[in-house]
Amino acid sequence: MEVAVCVKRVPQVGGRIVVTPDGQDVDTRMSGFAISPHEECAVEEAVQITGRLGGTVSVLTLGPPEAADQLRDALALGAHRAVLLDDGGREWGPAGTAAAIVAEARRRAAEGPGYDLLLLGNEAADTGDYQVGVRVAHGLGWPCATGIKQLELTGDGVRARREYRGREETFEFGLPAVVTVKEGINLPRYPSLPGRLRAKRAAIEEYQPQWHPEGLRKRALRVPDQPRQQATVLGTGTDAVPALVRLLDELGVLK
Amino acid sequence: MNVLCLVELDDAGVTDASLRALTFARSLASAGSPGQGGAGPVLAAVAFGPAGRVPASLLGRYGVTEAYAIEPAALDGYAPLAWARTLEGLLSVTLAGAVVAAGTDCGSEVLAHLAALTGQAMAANCIAASPAADGTLDVSRQRWAGLLIEDATLDGVPALLTVATDAVPPVPAGDLPADRRADPEVRVHEPDLDTGDLRVRAAVSAGRDGGVSLANARVVVGGGRGVGGPDGFAPLEELASLLGGVVGVSRVVTSQGWRPHTQQVGQTGTKITPELYLACGISGAIQHMAGCGSAKHIVVVNTDPSAPILSRADYAVIGDLSEVIPALVAALKERA
Repeated sequence: MEVAVCVKRVPQVGGRIVVTPDGQDVDTRMSGFAISPHEECAVEEAVQITGRLGGTVSVLTLGPPEAADQLRDALALGAHRAVLLDDGGREWGPAGTAAAIVAEARRRAAEGPGYDLLLLGNEAADTGDYQVGVRVAHGLGWPCATGIKQLELTGDGVRARREYRGREETFEFGLPAVVTVKEGINLPRYPSLPGRLRAKRAAIEEYQPQWHPEGLRKRALRVPDQPRQQATVLGTGTDAVPALVRLLDELGVLK
Repeated sequence: MNVLCLVELDDAGVTDASLRALTFARSLASAGSPGQGGAGPVLAAVAFGPAGRVPASLLGRYGVTEAYAIEPAALDGYAPLAWARTLEGLLSVTLAGAVVAAGTDCGSEVLAHLAALTGQAMAANCIAASPAADGTLDVSRQRWAGLLIEDATLDGVPALLTVATDAVPPVPAGDLPADRRADPEVRVHEPDLDTGDLRVRAAVSAGRDGGVSLANARVVVGGGRGVGGPDGFAPLEELASLLGGVVGVSRVVTSQGWRPHTQQVGQTGTKITPELYLACGISGAIQHMAGCGSAKHIVVVNTDPSAPILSRADYAVIGDLSEVIPALVAALKERA
């Protein structure tokens, strides 16, 4: 199984998000970087799949040169091959990102065995566009399921499950395919020390994808107003229970 | 402008998320220039299900002027690409300049497919949208699950938007002119589909669609690291039960394996919009607050008076939840 996982370098936000003075970006001077929780689970899922069935996990990212750190983190978890698609210092939108991934998938297929399965996180933690996986699938002419919490490889393809409004939805379709997954599909492993050492030495393939203009164009970013300032303390310990009961009554939640 | 809105049906009628999407769609439809011939803006709703199940009166109260039902004979169940293809086909019927859906798993997926089919941009989780002078839309949308807002220009025909349902309350239309007070006629629409559109199709397990879940619960009792382990949740469950609510948990709890991920509240879990969120032993990481910040009232039980969550809550009890919650449960039982 040739599995590719697409990840995105995002800031690790701490107590609050701060915007740069020009209102264009998140201020990342004090932050570390990582990949989103959904994507950690996608990497883990890919490594588990090839662990069971054999094959190669390629981890791809569209980002700055520093995104190589996130690729090496994935290699340390068991991915075999890493690809950096250079963003040229620009913020890419979903159409351009998808086109870059499609181009890489086509390039890979032209060189040898193409990808059988492309995994992504359901949405990136920062931009939250919810559409890259679907756009990639259209670009490649592959089926796509999103928000998946359980994935099985069957003889004929995949069986992908998710929960929606209290019911379980199961999708079955053939390979090659795109699947976007959500945190909760598995519990990601921690990297091993030998894994980290191997990842540090690994070669990373680099390409320069073609920029695509987007129909959705950012003008500015801002932190929304906080509706609350500081909680009113009702009391300490069990002494506060009578006040708590009165509050629940006032809020209308007691039958 | 004419707006087409995807509406999801549930056992009780139309989902709450869809009512919020309709509220947003109506506002967008009304903000544009008036339609030809003095007609009001067109707000077309499309639902997948038997025409008889489409609640025309409810839709009418939300300002829907025309409704389309896609019956099971034409398309049975959920198939995201087929649903998108259906919406695409309705564009010429409704002359819609914009397509709106709730930012649910379903709405996001269908509009993502519609974006790929039409080659247009899709703005996900919008909190506001209005027409600009040049024919584009000024939109504000959520980044970081709402911790950050992006103001952007949406340039596309049709404009495609999903609605951040935690940010837009469901509001029926105000006084409608007399000629619009009639319920919209529900027309059966036959989509033009090919087999490829049905390649990815949901088989659905039996279950109640419309019961109390984390996403629609009126009361949520939250447990975090302070609960201490899987065995500490019993008092929280009892309290939730007494209040007619459900238990939610923070990411620490699920990554420790104490509770299933389906109970996680937060950016990568479920976003909740209850009347009351009672957060016990939760410090208040912003990714968690992204999931519960839209609760009407937030009450915190925490041993730490300087926990970040106190600056995002309405009321707090400083104390150990393992003492406070059982005492609260006892007091509520005595009162009953």
